[in-house]
Amino acid sequence: MSSVALVAHQFRFDQKAFWRNPASVFFTVMFPVILLLIFATVFGDQTIGVSGGIEATTYYVPAIITLSVISSTMQSLAMSLTIARDDGRLKRGRGTPMPAWVFIAGRVGNSVVTALIMLALLAAIGRVLYSVPFPWGHLPELLATLVIGAASFSCLGIALTAAIPSQDAAAPIVNALLLPLYFLSGIFIPDDELPSGVIDFANHFPVRPFFEAFFAAYIPTGGSGIEWGNLAVVAAWGLAGLVLAIRFFRWTPRGG
Amino acid sequence: MPEPVISITGLRKTYGDNEAVRGIDLEVNAGEVFAFLGPNGAGKTTTVEILEGYRKRSGGEVAVLGEDPERAGRGWRERIGIVLQSCRLDPYLTVRESLQLYAGYYSAPRPIDEVVELVGLGDKADARTGKLSGGQQRRLDVGMALVGDPDLLFLDEPTTGFDPSARRQAWDAIAGLRELGKTVFLTTHYMDEAQRLADRVAIIARGEIVARGTPADLGDRQTQATTISYRGPEGEVSLDTTTPVQALHELTAKALAEGFDLEGLEVKRPTLEDVYLELTAEVAE
Repeated sequence: MSSVALVAHQFRFDQKAFWRNPASVFFTVMFPVILLLIFATVFGDQTIGVSGGIEATTYYVPAIITLSVISSTMQSLAMSLTIARDDGRLKRGRGTPMPAWVFIAGRVGNSVVTALIMLALLAAIGRVLYSVPFPWGHLPELLATLVIGAASFSCLGIALTAAIPSQDAAAPIVNALLLPLYFLSGIFIPDDELPSGVIDFANHFPVRPFFEAFFAAYIPTGGSGIEWGNLAVVAAWGLAGLVLAIRFFRWTPRGG
Repeated sequence: MPEPVISITGLRKTYGDNEAVRGIDLEVNAGEVFAFLGPNGAGKTTTVEILEGYRKRSGGEVAVLGEDPERAGRGWRERIGIVLQSCRLDPYLTVRESLQLYAGYYSAPRPIDEVVELVGLGDKADARTGKLSGGQQRRLDVGMALVGDPDLLFLDEPTTGFDPSARRQAWDAIAGLRELGKTVFLTTHYMDEAQRLADRVAIIARGEIVARGTPADLGDRQTQATTISYRGPEGEVSLDTTTPVQALHELTAKALAEGFDLEGLEVKRPTLEDVYLELTAEVAE
């Protein structure tokens, strides 16, 4: 098999295993949908002081898509790779002729495709239930933003795996990092309720810049739809993750 | 004489101050099942993982299929199959899918259905691997190592922690490898496993090889003293002899002539277990 065919082969089986795993389907697919429904129901009739005042539902659709992109890449990879490493599955794979990068490419491909599926699902819910228009005019900018974000958060997820000692620690560590960032970055609590100092702080981490870039692509505000500055911050984090992943990623369980 | 499949000379491995492998020499020939027998912590897994290319050695020379495992590439990996000591499978893929996934990694894999039959999982081919018993999972591990049609298989403690029926299932799968003409390097701490499966055995203790040979004559079992024990007129008697035929002849002649019985007469040669315990204990002191 050529390398490309081998990546596709790996990806096909990763997708199968992903959709059959109740935990991955719940946390990656169902959980963002539930969050969107809850936020839309609770804050649905409010107006948020962003971009000259928008409906809360219009705000939360791109916010929750941002969360679901991070969750289907960084969170999902950190969890599933830690489990596969502890099970000895990564080590077994390294004993075959399959190149290491093919395995990683298959997993990242799986994450990016899942993120795209989540974009379609949440955007459709937003359109049908809450009349939030889909930004067809900015589709290339939207997809470029999503792919840069998905790739960067994938790298961060793989790098994070190296810092997670065992599979029991995976969920606590990932959530301890991401949940506060979701709160501080305007994903859960809208921008106009957050003190500016909080947003300045959150701007140093990758979640807030990615949210701003995605929001600008999703909600037409007269801009180009692509925020290179914010995307550069996200990509820099992704690159740092890639370097750390190459240096520290382990294929074998601790002590083995 | 064809070149050996595995050739090890003066292999050493240290972890900090701990010398796990202290200069071992070994050769494994094509088509044989070789057992590397020793207690836990003797250096078995360290050695096998050096041969598999997972660990770097501290000293000595190693050639596996004519290549140094530390530098061998994809072509070499095509020719070896590995069953790790403990390794789970993706629980959400079926037996067939797991084998298909791995078959895709190799340039000339065996047909999936053939592998499924070889490891005796014909009726479980479409079961998710998470639903298999321990013995069935182990047989699938052997199948995963076999699907690339390798020349050489490594099995690291393939039955540790198994109940007797799971062990038997794993043994059947391993015995089947011999019929395929594969060379097998097996580590184990069970003497009966080595005895049952291997053509040749090397015993390792504290990082050194303390005995080697076929299971039958390991540790000079053929020439070691035989113990004759019985209860005669003078009470319990136990005597060691290297000439048991003569000793028994004299003993029974005497008993017949003097008209006493030899109650509980036993003639015992050391078992492989006796040899193993003696050899591994010596080094432990």
